[in-house]
Amino acid sequence: MIGSFPKLLSATVITLKLLSLSLFFGLFIGLLFAILRMSKNPIINKFAYGYSYVFRGTPLLVQIFIIYFGLGQIEYLRSTFLWVILKEPYWCAVIAFALNTGAYTSEILRSAFQTIKPGLIEAGKSLGIPNKVIFYKIQIPIAIKQSLPAYGNEIILMLKGTSLASTVTLMDLTGVAKYIISTTFKPIEVFIVAGGIYLFMTFCVHNFIKFLEKKYGFQT
Amino acid sequence: MELLAFGKTGWGDELFYATLMTLAVSITAMLIGFFFAIIFTPLKLSKHKTLNLIGNFYTTVIRGVPELLVIYLFFFGGSGAIMFVASMFGYYEYIEINAFITGSFAIGIISGAYSTEVFRGAIQSLDKGQFEASKVLGIKKHIQFYKIILPQMLRLAIPNLSNVWQITLKDTSLISVTGLVEIMRQSYIAAGSTRDPLFFYSFAAVLYLLLTYLSMKLINKLEVKYSRGF
Repeated sequence: MIGSFPKLLSATVITLKLLSLSLFFGLFIGLLFAILRMSKNPIINKFAYGYSYVFRGTPLLVQIFIIYFGLGQIEYLRSTFLWVILKEPYWCAVIAFALNTGAYTSEILRSAFQTIKPGLIEAGKSLGIPNKVIFYKIQIPIAIKQSLPAYGNEIILMLKGTSLASTVTLMDLTGVAKYIISTTFKPIEVFIVAGGIYLFMTFCVHNFIKFLEKKYGFQT
Repeated sequence: MELLAFGKTGWGDELFYATLMTLAVSITAMLIGFFFAIIFTPLKLSKHKTLNLIGNFYTTVIRGVPELLVIYLFFFGGSGAIMFVASMFGYYEYIEINAFITGSFAIGIISGAYSTEVFRGAIQSLDKGQFEASKVLGIKKHIQFYKIILPQMLRLAIPNLSNVWQITLKDTSLISVTGLVEIMRQSYIAAGSTRDPLFFYSFAAVLYLLLTYLSMKLINKLEVKYSRGF
């Protein structure tokens, strides 16, 4: 049980890398699609809705498999520079995670933007503040505050989601745990150690979000 | 389209049965989850410290650990645990548990943690006056629960339970790692033998979308039914 700890701990680094990269890209994708969702153009709006519906309605495992196994099948892709990225399971996992968390993030941000009282924006307009400044200085800070609790949940879901990277040959925390289980046949011990590491990470994320909520806990 | 033909030439019938298997596992897991929720919700609401701790331990651990890890625990540890129990009764033969049972149980425990949170939230958001009024009227505890608390609680819980259903349905795709032939596993087999993973995994995605879409329609109807009179 103690012997497996260093191995699991070094695999945790990969899990954390996957998590931070996918959250980073996912946030941009989420913001982009949240803005598209609020567009008045019905085609753009429908497109953004379709994106989040498809990615939220299918399992993450299917998404990884389509990107990792499926896209390699397209001959054309193999000849482009994209192939450098798509042949690596690591980047395939990051792309799948980022697209998945992007869909959830877009919904979180959209509902956060929609709960902003119109009076605040109108007040900004009547004071002659330019639209861009209203967006960056009024809408975004309020939206961040509103979406923090839900986004915290999403980070934890994503942390658990990174375990699926082990299905495309990546040796992340779950991948290494499975390897140790299948070689030593000690499922319970390994589960306690690996599960403990995951729980510790969840605990840290949870408290970090709580801290941020306090920091941004201004009245609106 | 040839790939999806029914019969020996295509994968249509295999995928159809795999879809039924996904549905069967999801429903079984959801029911096992309800069973766990019925045990753990009172514990979470209990004022007794130890009982409360047990309830919180269950929901925190299960919701904080990846689903895949829980499935591996059951897959690799399940038969060991059963054999250990059996050995206490003097049975030493190798026991293999069927992948359906292991899978539904693993997903059921996960789904149960989410259901527990939903039930707890629903009961806590009921007006305290409801409990007090029924107490004042001298209504017995179990009648109070079945006739007053449960109907109101269900109304509040159904929208969130539909989320739990969606999570459970999607989580069943992870059981494919144990070899149970549901949508994901069947697509994996089909993709392997036809060398057309893009088509089969995309088709699997469509099947999952169809399942979530249809079940949402059904749940919305339930929601309307249970919110009568409000």
